[in-house]
Amino acid sequence: MAAKFLPYLLAGISVGGQYALIAIGYTMVYGILRLINFAHGDIFTVAGFLMVYATASLPLTVSIPLVIAATVLLGIAVEKVAYKPLRTAPRMSVMISAIGMSYLLQNLMWYVTGGLAKQYPALPWISDTVTVLGCQTKRVTVITPFLVIVLVAALVTLIQKTKIGMAMRAASRDFETAQLMGIKINNVISFTFAVGSFLAAIGSMMYFSNYTAVTPTVGAMPGLKAFVAAVFGGIGSIPGAVIGGFLIGICESLIKGAGATTFSDAFTFALLIVVLAVKPTGLFSENLTEKV
Amino acid sequence: MTMKQEKKRIYLRAALGLIALLAVLLALDNLSFVPSMLLTVLRKGAIYALVAVSMNLLNGFTGLFSLGQAGFMLLGAYTYAILTIPAASQKSIYQRYANGGIGFSIPELLSKPLGGFGLLLGVIFCLILAGCIAALFAFLIGLPVLKLKSDYLAIATLGFAEIIRAAVVYEGFGPLTNGSNLLYGFTSFSNFNITLGGFTLHLETVMPFLFSGICIAIILLLINSTYGRAFKAIRDDEIAAEAMGINLASHKRMSFIISSFFAGISGAMLAMYQASVQATTFKSSMTYEILLIVVIGGIGSVSGSIIASFLFIASSEWLLRFLDNETWIGGFRVPLLRSGFRMVVFSVIIMAVVLFFRKGIMGDRELFQKKPASAAKAAKKEVRSK
Amino acid sequence: MKAFISRRDFLKAAGVTAAAAALAGCSSSSGSASGSAAGGKTIKIGVFEPASGDNGAGGKQEVLAIEYANSIAPTVDIGGETYNVELVEVDNQSSTDKAVTAAQELVSKKVSIVLGNYGSGCSIAAAPTFQAASIPAIGCSCTNPAVTEANPYYFRVCFLDPFQGSVMASFAKDQFGASNAYVLSMLGEDYGSGLATYFVNAFEALGGTVTNEQFPEGTSDFSAYIQNAINAGADVIFAPCATTYAAQIITQAASAGFDKPITAGDTWESSVILDAQKGTDVQVYCSTFFDENDDSGIAKEFVTGFKEWLNADSQKLTNNGGNDIVAAVSALGYDGYMVALEAIKAAGSTDGTAIRDALYGVNYDGVTGSITFDQTTGDANKDMAYIKKAADGAFEFVKTQSVED
Repeated sequence: MAAKFLPYLLAGISVGGQYALIAIGYTMVYGILRLINFAHGDIFTVAGFLMVYATASLPLTVSIPLVIAATVLLGIAVEKVAYKPLRTAPRMSVMISAIGMSYLLQNLMWYVTGGLAKQYPALPWISDTVTVLGCQTKRVTVITPFLVIVLVAALVTLIQKTKIGMAMRAASRDFETAQLMGIKINNVISFTFAVGSFLAAIGSMMYFSNYTAVTPTVGAMPGLKAFVAAVFGGIGSIPGAVIGGFLIGICESLIKGAGATTFSDAFTFALLIVVLAVKPTGLFSENLTEKV
Repeated sequence: MTMKQEKKRIYLRAALGLIALLAVLLALDNLSFVPSMLLTVLRKGAIYALVAVSMNLLNGFTGLFSLGQAGFMLLGAYTYAILTIPAASQKSIYQRYANGGIGFSIPELLSKPLGGFGLLLGVIFCLILAGCIAALFAFLIGLPVLKLKSDYLAIATLGFAEIIRAAVVYEGFGPLTNGSNLLYGFTSFSNFNITLGGFTLHLETVMPFLFSGICIAIILLLINSTYGRAFKAIRDDEIAAEAMGINLASHKRMSFIISSFFAGISGAMLAMYQASVQATTFKSSMTYEILLIVVIGGIGSVSGSIIASFLFIASSEWLLRFLDNETWIGGFRVPLLRSGFRMVVFSVIIMAVVLFFRKGIMGDRELFQKKPASAAKAAKKEVRSK
Repeated sequence: MKAFISRRDFLKAAGVTAAAAALAGCSSSSGSASGSAAGGKTIKIGVFEPASGDNGAGGKQEVLAIEYANSIAPTVDIGGETYNVELVEVDNQSSTDKAVTAAQELVSKKVSIVLGNYGSGCSIAAAPTFQAASIPAIGCSCTNPAVTEANPYYFRVCFLDPFQGSVMASFAKDQFGASNAYVLSMLGEDYGSGLATYFVNAFEALGGTVTNEQFPEGTSDFSAYIQNAINAGADVIFAPCATTYAAQIITQAASAGFDKPITAGDTWESSVILDAQKGTDVQVYCSTFFDENDDSGIAKEFVTGFKEWLNADSQKLTNNGGNDIVAAVSALGYDGYMVALEAIKAAGSTDGTAIRDALYGVNYDGVTGSITFDQTTGDANKDMAYIKKAADGAFEFVKTQSVED
């Protein structure tokens, strides 16, 4: 029984870790701007494509940092182009702009790649096959959860101990007061997008090492699921997003294992609706004021 | 009293306008020199106009940000298709399921004794039923999700649409929905063409305009009623609206159900237009497209949504097509033009509208509406406060 | 980042040029420059294929072959007069709701006959439009029976799903002695789930047992499905699905150490599959319409000619998937074009209905075998499929397979 169960659990933990990395990006942006960054899933996909193109001509030691840097810049650029001009606009406008941005990025990727699925390069070491308790899998499956924990620990330290982290916390508590206190809010927001995109780039490396075909729309589903994970954990809460990510990844994988494969996606959204209806602030929500 | 008279006059004018429009369309439909592409765009535009208006009712007039439109359209499309596939062809369409199909077809049943009128009656009945099924689901889903605010509501309804899309193609429902396969062969707009002794009177473009026109007129009546004013009050300030004695929950639910009802009808009409229906087309990207139409037209403007629908369909599926083709002028190859470029240009235009022309084409005004003095003042105030 | 900035500048420039082009009223009809013989009459052939969406990759390969065929045979004799053949291409975006306008576009450009579509869904959606305009259409690789059924204007040059499903079931039994199959297809996709059903029916009729599962659209984590197959004790996996998913299935089967064969339908004959299989031990088999290493004259001639034509233009090579492997759908596209020319010749007219009537009488020796049409449905009469195996970056011909009676 355990031998049957284990592969699903492993796959679930791995994909859950990748959801978690994307979910952090959502939850941080939402915490500060109260905005669902619909383009986040597409930034994740762009990172995948950049890697495909970068490794075609450059060695890995150059292309990995290059891809991360480019993704971070893209995240900041998206914010500057699509969200900054709408800072004072109603929330609905900003969300529409986010949807438009996602539409644009997808179409642009389609145009550049010609719509063909690209094979993600095999990263040495993490793409190797290993045997865990009698079942074969890629090393990245095993590494992902640990990497997520390390990154989250670093992120939490950043937010708790550094000056920019304090500014971020202040901005997420009260946007306007933070501004009054002399916090350069635009820098804080750019920094938030940079961190989110950085994690999305790392997530995309993990994700595509396992699931190696990159297409323009491949990020949409993981993006939505990561958002569900963020809501599930209580939006604005980083540990919440991580736990939500793992939980959704594992549940999904187990449902597939139970034979109800048709409904594995539906489950995620059903979970979302149930969570929102029962405890709209999620499991670990931080501040309760004026959210739902 | 004068108010009432004026209202009557407006209604009369609107009805006359619609009839005149239908007459023009009838002419276009039957003149051979009219480009058939124009007619196709008009048909699809009319259908999108209805769904855009229904979304505007919810997003623009009630301020509920819902992204479930594609899901409700899917429900309507499938309901309509299942009910109208001719009994004789059900066996071959549902070939993968032993006892597939419902065994009868409503328009067929009615057209036997009543002829052409029965066909029309049957189709109208099925359209209404399609709306009702969508509305029923809206009621059920509305119970938990309508309590949520803005983005949470958006994501919950988006999730709901995804669930519906997965459920419809579930093998267990196969005998009814034909699983992952297309449904086709059902009554479509071309079935309304009247053939008399070798001459065919085409009504393919008239019918969608007629149905959409009636539905939009009903929505307009609703918006101008006390309910509509209550919706707008909720949009502008929930707390104030509640203080005025408006029952928030019941009005929100009502707006949600009515919007879904018309989304269902437009889904059914989209099925009629396509002559086939498949769940995979009703993706979240379809909802996004409709949302962008609403934005381009102006959130809170019915006429804006209608204009934007025709513009959107015409430019994305007709006028901008040349961008996808490699083009040579003399010996010079125009750069960048290759497949996919059309959608890039198109999404850049949309982003420009979203960012720089946030009010869209119409803002929240209507086409044939005198601007009340107070609204003008408010608009000025808004400008100054920025 | 520099690339991004310059792209934006390019966009601006392109907008201006595009507007200028539109103003100048230049014709945007694409394809090969076949209108060179000045003064002659032209006949238009519509190419109704996806260049974007899920089937964009396959659609492009089919279009390329049609363009190649057009470059080989740019003219046709109608009633003693030589007509230039002009291709009119539209993109139906692999979506049934865009298919109708795309089809209408062809109708409005007054094409005499239509080639396509790659997939069945868009063909079914567009069929009434072509029928209403009395324009015959030849499906190249759409294998669903519903395409031609009850439509006197739709023909096709490929075999059908029920046939293909049975062939693969027979193959699994003959080749591997399989008695237990795991079948995986995409939820909501008519091609895959249809083929899956036909396979299941045939395999069970042969006395085998089947586990049948479906995955939702957008899935990229197939490890759970592979695990299900292992747990079910499958001797063979049959996974008819789009190549995007196929690549994932193969790589994840490799990383899970799945050592049984994976089989699929015609869509898998693609460079994407080869890339995914390369360097792994997974055995991948697919059924297809022709053998590119066939020595019989026509196929060889087509393959060498087409490769040469592809290699002459880097953009064409990119559209073919970045290499010069000849896909079966390309062969079908080529045959579709040639059959259309035969029919036009036989009809001696550019009129749609006349060409339709002539199609029933066509007997053409094509790249994918001899083509005649069934007199009631308009399907090509085909009784065998080619089975190929992916091995180290190339497809090896395994055998021809027909259905066991």
